[in-house]
Amino acid sequence: MSHDTIKRRDFLKLAGLGGAVFASGLSGWAQAVKSGAADEFYFVQLSDTHWGFNGPKVNPEAASTLKKAVAAVNGLEQKPDFVVFTGDLTHTTDDPKLRRARMAEFRDIVSELKIKDVRFMPGEHDASLDRGEAYQEFFGKLHYSFDHKGVHFIALDNVSDPGASLGEAQLKWLAQHLKQLGKDAPIVVLAHRPLFDLYPQWDWATRDGASAVELLMPHKNVTVFYGHIHQEHHHKTGHIAHHAAKSLIFPLPAPGSAPKRAPIPWDEAEPNKGIGFRSIEADAKGAQYKLAELPVPKG
Amino acid sequence: MRPLLSRRCAPAAICAALALAGLHASSAADEPVIRVTARKFEYDTPEIILKKGVPVTIELTSLDRVHGFNLPDFKTRADAIPGMVTRVRIVPDKAGTFAFFCDVFCGDGHEEMAGKIVVKD
Ligand SMILES: [Cu+2]
Repeated sequence: MSHDTIKRRDFLKLAGLGGAVFASGLSGWAQAVKSGAADEFYFVQLSDTHWGFNGPKVNPEAASTLKKAVAAVNGLEQKPDFVVFTGDLTHTTDDPKLRRARMAEFRDIVSELKIKDVRFMPGEHDASLDRGEAYQEFFGKLHYSFDHKGVHFIALDNVSDPGASLGEAQLKWLAQHLKQLGKDAPIVVLAHRPLFDLYPQWDWATRDGASAVELLMPHKNVTVFYGHIHQEHHHKTGHIAHHAAKSLIFPLPAPGSAPKRAPIPWDEAEPNKGIGFRSIEADAKGAQYKLAELPVPKG
Repeated sequence: MRPLLSRRCAPAAICAALALAGLHASSAADEPVIRVTARKFEYDTPEIILKKGVPVTIELTSLDRVHGFNLPDFKTRADAIPGMVTRVRIVPDKAGTFAFFCDVFCGDGHEEMAGKIVVKD
C-alpha cells in the first residue's frame, strides 16, 4: 500500500509532465501520505473539450487535442481511479443531428481511455439549447452523486437551464441529499460553471449559485471542482475552496483582464499553451486534495 | 455614437434623432425609454449612452428566441422575449462604461452577445 502511495506521488515528477502543484487544505497531508491509508486515491479532471469546435486561429489542432489528452491520461504512470469531464464535452450547434453526431464522436474518442470509470457532466454547449435532451441520451443523468473511497461526490447541473440556474428542484434535491451526510463528511462538488460570482461582467457565475453554497456552508469539508472559464483558478467562499480547470480546446483571459471574454489565440511558438488537464490526489480522511496541472504534450 | 439622453426633446429634429436611436419620452412617467431589440447574437443598440442621474426605462424584446439582458454593475437582468416587451428601469447613479450581455445561452455566438452602457456626467 505504501509503495502504491509513493508511486502515485512520483508519477507527477516521473511522467515528464511537470505542472504546478496546488495543495488545498491546511495540514495533515504529509501525515496521511506516510500512512498510505486506503482512503487515498487520485482522479483526473478534464474540462471544456468542445468537440466540434472550429477556429484555426484559436486551435488549429482542434481535431486532435482531445485524442492527445486521452493519450496523455493513458500515459500516466499510475492509473487514476476515475476520470471526470466537467462539461462542454461538445461545442454547441443549433442542429440536433449534428449535436448528436458530435456527442457520438466524443464518446468514441474517450472510449479509448484505459480507465473505464469515466464520469460525464454537461456544459451549456452540450445541454442549454435542448435542456439536456441529447446529452442524456448519450451520457445519462444531468446531476447525480456517487461515493468513492470515503469521499462523497455531488455533480451539479447549472447548464441545462439556458439561464444558468440550478433551479428549485435541484436545490431541493441537494438539500435533501446533504441532510443524509454528516457535517464532517468529505464532500466534493463538481459543476460546470462557478457557483460563486467569479466575474459577473463576463457571466462567470451561476444565477442561484449562492443558494447552493449556502446549503453547503454547514458542511466542514467541501471542495468544488469546475470548468467553464478555460483556465486554472482558485477561490474560497468561506471555508469552501473552488478550483477551476483548464480547457482542452483554448484558454480564456483572466477575469476582467481583457476588453472581451475572447479566446486567447494559438501561439505557434508554444502549441497547447494554456490548455491542459488536472490530477487530484484525494485524502478522504483529512478531506485534503492535492492538485497538479498537466499539459497536453505537443506533436 | 448615440445622442445623449435628455429629459425633453423639444426641437423636432432632436425628437426624430432620439426616435431613430430607439428613444422616445414615455408619456406616463416622462422618463426616457430606450428600446433594445435582441436577436442572435446581437443587440440592435449595442451602445446606450445615458446621463448620470437621469433614470431610463429599457424596453426589451427579441426577434428570434429568448435572450437575456444582464447589467451586473446595476444588478439588473431581464429576459428579451419574442412578441413581448420587458421593461427594466435603470437609475444611472454612477458615471462610467458598464457591460451588458446575453445571459440566456442562445447558440454558437452567445458568448459574443454583448453591449455597453456609457453613463456620462
Ligand atoms: Cu442571446
